[in-house]
Amino acid sequence: MLKQTSYLSKTYGMPEGWTLPVYEKECDGYATAKRVLTTMTPEQVVTEAKKANIRGRGGAGFPMGVKWSFMKPHPTKPAYLVINADEGEPGTHKDRTLMELNPHAVVEGCIIGCYGIGAHAAYIYVRDELHLSKERLWAAIEEAKKKGYLGARPFGKDYAVEVYVHTGAGAYICGEETSLLNSLEGRRGEPRLKPPFPAQAGAFGCPTTVNNLETIAAVPSAFKIGCEEFSKLSDIHHLNDGGVRLFGVNGHVKKPGVWECAVGLTLRELIYDLGGGIHGDKELFAIIPGGSSTPVLRATDVVDAPDEKSPLHKWHGMSVLDVPLGVDTFRGLGTMLGTCCATVMAEGTCPVAAMHNLMQFYRHESCGQCTPCREGSGWLLRICEKLMAGTATMDELDQMHDIANNIMGNTICAFGEGTAMPALGFLKKFRKEFEAYVRGERKGSDAKLALEGMFS
Amino acid sequence: MPFALSPDRERTLEDILKRYPTKMAACIPLLHLCQEQEGWISEDVIQFVAHRIDLPPAHVQGVVTFYTLFNQKPVGKHQVWVCRTLPCALRGAGSLLAHCEKKLGIHAGETTADGKITLRTAECLASCGTAPMMQVDKDYHENLTVERVDALLEKLRS
Ligand SMILES: Cc1cc2nc3c(=O)[nH]c(=O)nc-3n(C[C@H](O)[C@H](O)[C@H](O)COP(=O)(O)O)c2cc1C
Ligand code: SF4
Ligand code: FES
Repeated sequence: MLKQTSYLSKTYGMPEGWTLPVYEKECDGYATAKRVLTTMTPEQVVTEAKKANIRGRGGAGFPMGVKWSFMKPHPTKPAYLVINADEGEPGTHKDRTLMELNPHAVVEGCIIGCYGIGAHAAYIYVRDELHLSKERLWAAIEEAKKKGYLGARPFGKDYAVEVYVHTGAGAYICGEETSLLNSLEGRRGEPRLKPPFPAQAGAFGCPTTVNNLETIAAVPSAFKIGCEEFSKLSDIHHLNDGGVRLFGVNGHVKKPGVWECAVGLTLRELIYDLGGGIHGDKELFAIIPGGSSTPVLRATDVVDAPDEKSPLHKWHGMSVLDVPLGVDTFRGLGTMLGTCCATVMAEGTCPVAAMHNLMQFYRHESCGQCTPCREGSGWLLRICEKLMAGTATMDELDQMHDIANNIMGNTICAFGEGTAMPALGFLKKFRKEFEAYVRGERKGSDAKLALEGMFS
Repeated sequence: MPFALSPDRERTLEDILKRYPTKMAACIPLLHLCQEQEGWISEDVIQFVAHRIDLPPAHVQGVVTFYTLFNQKPVGKHQVWVCRTLPCALRGAGSLLAHCEKKLGIHAGETTADGKITLRTAECLASCGTAPMMQVDKDYHENLTVERVDALLEKLRS
């Protein structure tokens, strides 16, 4: 159900909304961190955090509080909080708005998070291209420090907390958490084999929690109103998917953008009510629900969940557009919620050209450590190129399934699945369109036009 | 001549080192600092960084070659990056790039003869909601139209 909220985004659009005076006046800024540090124990913080049912906003949807509870004090090693603001997943444009327009929520979240997991330092890993984001975060850190909210004794409490901004240098893979940790340590951003998981050996070999930037920015709001109350703002609180989050929409809609709403919004509401409907009043054709790694949906897809135990049963037989955007509901649809920023394609968009575009991305960004991912991403791209040129065969179309299936489960990190799943999604949902290319009924030159239509 | 940082950047380097428990962690920030001054990462820069944070030059070299934003050869005075990934492509990034190439008389990946502009494509820059877009040096330019692109390129060339 469409319920716009303003927990994370209250300062958006306000003059100087990113500065401390506005955050303190409008959001009761840092009062929550102060209360948490001075009246709660770290154990109470983690127990409370679990009740918020904040599912990780970075893509995988793991419950934040549960992740925090994996942190066990180490006799000799310090612990770290690392915030993932790499925001590289194609179609994702939400974390940037928080860094630019409400950076203090991030800093306050870091203070509460550090205290809860036993860390004294947080590193916010921001992709290098986001210069304004880095600037606003550093400025927020400085402001908080001057007021004594950060440093050796935040709010007079004998618990030191420092927050730093660290930057990458242009590599999508550094959004993967272990690659990000290598990059933070000053190495090539190659993902690490797990286990050990970051909670055992993360940054600098020490226990570490990696949270997405929006995940941590939601923490002050959750603790302010009470984590259970926060969870109940969601329509699918009963599916342990709580609170509010940022919803983005891009591509062929009239009004692309980012809005904060209660969890439980549907794609139809996102595309038509918030996004203003389809550009040129065309028909909706396809949707990539949450970043390019989440398998595509066709606008005509309906929910198939006859089993009463399925979290989706309530929507059995209905359009996928009417299913609440949730971690488990979208997994049930055979895709993923991902980063909750949807890419919309209007009737006339060519799925072959769309897949070709994305395979260029994956080929470019594979770090090359694992053979199935390195070779598979290149091979998938080559067949896409042949399809576009009109020289691919039916055998090659089938081969794409084999290549993608050979990547799945055979790689060090989830980039492999992130490449294979969307490839399989396009092939499955648009088999007819792909076959038309093989038979020569459609050509790549038409397809390119179909993608480029809007710039004039 | 061996590479050296300007005095104010030397102070920044000291600040950077204080943020981390290891010197190695300063590798990427330090490379950015050097590139800001020099425009690219030369062999001398690699030696300098390796020396300052006690790493083998091969380690620093490995880092430089991993990340696309480190220039391994000199580039134009201004960097123009056109985002080409799907959400931007759906709003005309392909035509935008073609327009830039025609206007500048170069292909993506090349630098204009006067050394003023290097044109490149970028993968999704987290600006899909304001597509099509391009990054010029440190600034984002969003919701682009042909007119705005022309004005921007004119300014860079003058
Ligand atoms: C290839 C790849 C890229 C990723 N990119 C990002 C990213 O840009 N930002 C992000 O927060 N998480 C990204 N993730 C997910 C992280 O690995 C990690 O799950 C997340 O940061 C955890 O935070 P959360 O639990 O708060 O979502 C990526 C994962 C993979 C496999
Ligand atoms: S799956 Fe791909 S990106 Fe991940 S480690 Fe292997 S080669 Fe690198
Ligand atoms: S696709 Fe261009 S900014 Fe995301």
